[in-house]
Parts: sequence; structure tokens; C-alpha cells
Amino acid sequence: MEYSRRHPAGSAEQDPRPAGAGAAHGRGLRALSVSTVLAMTLALALVFFYAPLEAEQGFLQKIFYVHVPLAIIALCGFVIGGLLAIQHLRTRDPRWDMRSYVTIHMSLIFAVGTLITGSIWAKGSWGHWWVWSEPTLVSFLIVFLLYATYQPLRFAIEDPERQARYASVFAITAGAFVPMNFIAVRLSTAYLHPRVLGSTSNLPGPMALTFLVSLLAMALLFATLCRLELTAKHTRAKVRALRRRLTGETGGARGSGRSAAPTLQHATTMSARPSGGAGL
Amino acid sequence: MRRTVGALLRKELLVELRTLESVPGMSLFAVTTFVIFHFALNRNSVEGDLAAGILWVTLLFAAILGINRLFVADAEEGGFDAFLLAPVDRSAMLLAKFLTLLAYLLVLEIVAVPAFALLLLGPPLSRALPDLLGVLALGDLGVAAVGTLVAALAVRTRARDLLGPLLGLPLLVPIVIGGARATSPLFTLAHPAAPPARWLLTLGLYDLVFGLIAYALFDFLLED
Repeated sequence: MEYSRRHPAGSAEQDPRPAGAGAAHGRGLRALSVSTVLAMTLALALVFFYAPLEAEQGFLQKIFYVHVPLAIIALCGFVIGGLLAIQHLRTRDPRWDMRSYVTIHMSLIFAVGTLITGSIWAKGSWGHWWVWSEPTLVSFLIVFLLYATYQPLRFAIEDPERQARYASVFAITAGAFVPMNFIAVRLSTAYLHPRVLGSTSNLPGPMALTFLVSLLAMALLFATLCRLELTAKHTRAKVRALRRRLTGETGGARGSGRSAAPTLQHATTMSARPSGGAGL
Repeated sequence: MRRTVGALLRKELLVELRTLESVPGMSLFAVTTFVIFHFALNRNSVEGDLAAGILWVTLLFAAILGINRLFVADAEEGGFDAFLLAPVDRSAMLLAKFLTLLAYLLVLEIVAVPAFALLLLGPPLSRALPDLLGVLALGDLGVAAVGTLVAALAVRTRARDLLGPLLGLPLLVPIVIGGARATSPLFTLAHPAAPPARWLLTLGLYDLVFGLIAYALFDFLLED
């Protein structure tokens, strides 16, 4: 990233590997961003110009290419957040906690998008903003309500190490809850509405292709946003550490105020461990 | 391990017997809630889906009261520190707390289910009782496993009274779904039927999964 190279030159002589360490977090970000833009453009072009209009719902059905990928990626993100949390509890490396946090944070945003697009679709096709008979939407709401407590939980714990540990326990529990909840809700709902678009197997070819490209584009978008947030967090921690060194302040490794987000302590630990390049 | 769990369980039950902090409150809460449902719904008797829903919602919220208080004494009076100083397996505390919560739920149901039959339930309870006991037992196992984990997760945070229910309720939604759906055929006036097997299976699967998760993760909550 550009801004990581704009550190004061004076501090670069003291830090063993300042530019390399900062750039490592941003590595691949540009390639990811470009491929996301390309995939998104291709996906939108396919959605609007290639995929045929669905016979029953017409133009409205196009929201399917946004809604379903959003939902799938958000759910995968939640589960991946749980897997990263397992890794955190096994290695006790705060960087895994950071990755888990970023993944869950981004999945929450995608989940809001899913709920909104799902509501719009429900209103358009069934005339109601909320439909209890659609199991996927209902499960999604429950999962969303559960994960909405992730940040308050973190925020309520002051000690950063314990915050990370407790957040990981939550992330693993909630990650296992996602499939469990889907089973329970799916079972509880009679299939009142024919699931025309339940899976790709019963989609006609052009629609399936468009859907897969949309899914890929959404996954790339998710990866890019996660990478971007990770890079931003690392850069901010580094800037804070450099500023602290510049002003000669030594105490208080943690930034001012409490935060739900994990805080990285760069200056004190950077030279002790290899800087992480293996991000998401 | 068994001796440790036994000792801890004895301590928990003794504390509860001497202070009476949780169980009487939970039971009273359940009975009051039935009265509230009577006025809120303006119904003298309920059956079927409605009866099952009222019973499970009431039991769940009463359980949340107990879950919220489960670790408070340990956090405030140094029980965690004393336990961590002892050279015993940390899972013993999970098991002891799980059994404690299970015992609380059992007492709660001994009070709440007859009270429910007396105050609100339309069809006679005796007919539904054997099946109902099985469904309640399956539900209790899940509530106790998830409740113990959530209680330990929330107790040492700044907003524990808020976080406990916020974390616990969404996690317990599958229990409510399974429990209420399995109970509602028992409470129908005309043709009571056995609880559908798939709901009992769902409850059992939930109990198994979250029991294992609680067992695997509890140690990490007790490290400092």
C-alpha cells in the first residue's frame, strides 16, 4: 500500500524491517481489487444482458444473483471465522484473532445486505416484507441476531488477551450453531412456496452460469474487503507505534479507550516475530 | 474427576439450599409468567401449538434467570481463583455446573409444569405426561449445556446481565423450535399423538453437538 511507504525516514533506520513489514500486509491487495472489479463487472453484465428473464417473476428475479451469493458468502464467512478462532485458541497468536474478527465483522455487513435484499425479494414476489415460511430467511435472522452480540461481547471485556480468548470461544460456538440452526428451521417449515431457485442443479444453463459468476464475484469482494480491513488495521497500529516512538512515549502499548476490535501492538512485538504475510 | 465433580456439585447445591438465590426465583417467575399469559392472551385455557409455545417460552426465560446467576458467586467471591489453585481437571467445573443447572431446571419443571396444567392447560396433563417428560429431558440437556457455556462466557464481562440473555436466546432457538413442535401434538384436545421422531432427533443432535462444544471450549474460559 502507498501509505505504508510514507513513514518518516528517520524511524526507518531504527526499525529493522519497516517498509517490508508494512507492505506485507498490503501485498496482493491490488491484484485482488482488480480481479474483484473485473468479476463484478462481468457478473453484472451477465445478470442484465445474458441471463434470461424468469417466466414467473420477470425482472424481479435478478435480485437472486445478489441475494443468494451474499447469503452464501456471509454464512461461509461466519463458519470461517469459527475455524480461524480454533486456530487462535490452538496457537494463541493474536493475529488469528484479528483474522477471525475481521471475517465475522465483514460477514455481519454481508448479512445485513442479505436480510435487506431478501426482504425486497419477498415483498416483490409474495407481497410481504417478511415471510416466516421462508426457512432460509428466518434462519438467517436468527444467525444474524446471534452474531450481532459478537461486538458487544468483545466490547464488554477490557483485558485484550481475555477479550480475544472469549471472542474465539464465542466464534466457535456460533460457527457450529450456523448449520445446526439451519437444520432446525428448515425442518420446522413446510415448503409452502415452490423453491424454484433452491439450488443450481435445477437452474437452466445460462442462469446457473450467471449465478456461479456472481457467487465468485461476491467471494472476491468479501476477500478484498477483509484484506483491506486487515491492512488498514495493521497500518493504523504501525502508525500509532511510530508516532509513539517519535514522541518518546514508552508506556501504554494499548491505544486510548476500549475497543471491540482487537488491537495489534506493533512496535513492541514486531522485531520479535516474523511479520505476518499469510493473511486470508 | 468423579470425586471432584461430586464435591463441586455438593458445594453448589449446598450454597443454593442456604441462599435460595436461583431456584425459588425461577419457579416464581414461571408461575407469574403463566398469569401474565392468561391476561395478555385473554384465554382461560390453551391447547395445541399455543400451549406448547407458552410452556417452552416460560421455561426458557425462567432458565435464563438461573443461567444469569450460575457463576456470579464464583466470580464475585473468588470461587474461580480457588478452583484454579486446586490441582484438578478444569472440565470438572463444567460438569458440576451443568449438573447444577440441570437440577435447577428439574425443580423448576416440577413446579412449573403442574402450575401450567392447573392455570392454563386445556387437555388433562396426565395423558400427555409420559411423553412430555421425555421431551423436557431432551430440552433440558441442551439448555443446561448451552446455558453453562454462555454463563461462563458472560459472567466476567462488564455487562453480564445483558450479555447472558443476548447470547443465550438465539443459541437456544433450536431448542424452542424442537421442544415446542414435539410438545404441541401432546397438548391437542381431540387426538393427542406422540411427539414426532424428527423433533426428538433434532433435540438429541443439538444436545450432542453443543455438549461436545461446551466440553471442548470451557477450559479456555477459565485461564486467568
